[in-house]
Amino acid sequence: MTETSLEALKVGVRARIDAIDWNLLDPACAGRLRDFGFDEGVSVESLHQGPFGRDPMAVRVGRMIVAIRRSHARAIRVKPAA
Amino acid sequence: MIQTVSVAVVGNPNAGKSALFNALTGARQKVGNYPGVTVERHVGRATLPSGRPIELIDLPGTYSLAASSPDEAVTRDVLLGRQEGERLPEAIVIVVDASNLDNHLRFALQLIALGRPTVVALNMIDLAKRDGLELDPKRLEAELGVPVIETIAVRKRGLAPLLEALEGQLDCQRAVPGDALPPSEPIDLHRRAREVATAAVLRETPVRRITHRLDSVLLHPVAGPILLAAIMFVMFQAVFAWSAVPADALEAAVVAAGNWVGGVLPGGPLRSLVVDGIFAGVGAVIVFLPQIIILFLFILVLESSGYMVRAAFIMDRLMSSAGLSGRSFIPLLSSFACAVPGIMATRTIDNEKDRLTTILVAPLMTCSARLPVYALIIAAFIPARDALPGIGLQGLVLFILYISGIVSALIAALVIRRTKVRGSGGLFMMELPKYQMPRLKDVTIGLWQRALIFLKRAGTIILGTTIVLWALASYPQAGPGEKQSEVSIAGKIGSAIEVVVKPIGFNHDISLALLPTMAAREVAVSAIGTVYALDAGKSDQLQTLGERLAGRWSLATALAFLAWFVFAPQCISTIAITRRETNSWRWPGFMVGYLFALAYLAAGITYWTAVAFGLG
Repeated sequence: MTETSLEALKVGVRARIDAIDWNLLDPACAGRLRDFGFDEGVSVESLHQGPFGRDPMAVRVGRMIVAIRRSHARAIRVKPAA
Repeated sequence: MIQTVSVAVVGNPNAGKSALFNALTGARQKVGNYPGVTVERHVGRATLPSGRPIELIDLPGTYSLAASSPDEAVTRDVLLGRQEGERLPEAIVIVVDASNLDNHLRFALQLIALGRPTVVALNMIDLAKRDGLELDPKRLEAELGVPVIETIAVRKRGLAPLLEALEGQLDCQRAVPGDALPPSEPIDLHRRAREVATAAVLRETPVRRITHRLDSVLLHPVAGPILLAAIMFVMFQAVFAWSAVPADALEAAVVAAGNWVGGVLPGGPLRSLVVDGIFAGVGAVIVFLPQIIILFLFILVLESSGYMVRAAFIMDRLMSSAGLSGRSFIPLLSSFACAVPGIMATRTIDNEKDRLTTILVAPLMTCSARLPVYALIIAAFIPARDALPGIGLQGLVLFILYISGIVSALIAALVIRRTKVRGSGGLFMMELPKYQMPRLKDVTIGLWQRALIFLKRAGTIILGTTIVLWALASYPQAGPGEKQSEVSIAGKIGSAIEVVVKPIGFNHDISLALLPTMAAREVAVSAIGTVYALDAGKSDQLQTLGERLAGRWSLATALAFLAWFVFAPQCISTIAITRRETNSWRWPGFMVGYLFALAYLAAGITYWTAVAFGLG
């Protein structure tokens, strides 16, 4: 399957992080993402979306569930698992 | 004498760190504050297998030693021996969630690199098994180079082996290197953590977890917000409905005790102080204990179940349109209990501007100290009938008062973000922990602590101000044909304030109560109670305060008084905590100014409207 962004990943589809465009994120935000375990090669899955404007979104990263805003999810490139 | 060894309990948020700390120390713990910051410091004692006592410090949960919020900074500073007034912990107990190893191990690796005697508690091993995860603790131990002990803190499993391993680690002497941060690239640390985690996992079968099933309902785009609104509505209805019986019993007991003491004491100033001051004043506040306990029951259960974070998730988008983030939701919801812990909870907001704005609007959330005032006025002036079938009018009015506070807070936040605190919004990124059944013991301890704090306030601040007010309101004594509440010193002060507040419908009694109310909002109730008890004077029977009020205030005045209390910053503690958290007088000054202005306007508009409708 083709590469897409975590923001565009459909709910319930498992994927692997391909690359993170750290330039799109400010340092505090980048640090937080790292703290929560976002990194190349980590498995992710989009689980839930917020009620207003489908924002924020709940994402499984490794074995942890994290809430992030769409604007940040946009910087994360993922490859859906076949 | 050998100094007690101090041991830090550290780990990621949601690793079950505090549960482990509670299990190890039991009741032998003290809650204090770190100097200079409002981060709670929990210290407790435990005993090693040899009988040697140790002191355990429960540090705030954090994801790494690179702190991004004030409470995370405390954890870092204590561990590196930089925290003022705290000695460098000689040993470390690292708590990791067994089902979240790759994440929690990263911080664990950082901590192990400090080179202090260290033990890892592989906690919540039962939940990991439930999630279909099979681990190899021995392999983990080999990879990490420190003892790894399986624990289930909430069931007190694995505590003895943990203490034994800790003692073993303490016995083999190691040099404590002090405050050098281990050189480590975050990305390398991350990869190493994942390697170790992968090595330690024997088998992993994906199981549809209970958390996922609950979330698909509670975070559902339509059902989620409806359920959240329903939970909040039930909470406010329950505050009234469930408290009626215990509150009535408590009130009857206070009146009976007051009458009995009044009958025993000889007439004179002492009897007046006890009956009119203490029983009428403090008693009037104590009867609200059941309502405060019910409110905290809801907040504690929502918090410990993991739902509160979901509420933040649902509210994030709305909050961000007011210039805040979902992160602000938890401090603001806590402010319904009290703005002081609410403002303290803002320290988890990493964005400074979001944090400041949240602090400034937190007092608009109706705190539990306002509840006695609302409850008294509503009970006295709003008839106890159904507005709609099944929905009490009194509960509805209370709900409206709470909603007014919330709406004003959002508007105020928006205005503040556009004027005083401009700049880009912060990020919203938080962990959604697994749902957990709230444990009866933890909730009970929490409620007990809140009840004690409330009673302590009643016994100190409220009692103190009530006695001062009683003295000011009792002297000089009124002559024949004069009213005590007008002749006394307090009466004179009240008359001076009355000049300012008369246009918004406040009478002399209210003016008199406004000043002592600065000490604590509940004092409004005790102050009015004392004044009326003194005026009643001759009749020895204690009437309930509500009955006295209904005869003396117009409905317009009562409504204006309620509107005033939605906004008025009448609480020294809130102002003091704002000063401490913002580190300047500028922001508390601004807060007090805008809130008083709003209070005056709101009370005025309410009064004038009510009078126009013929309710004056």
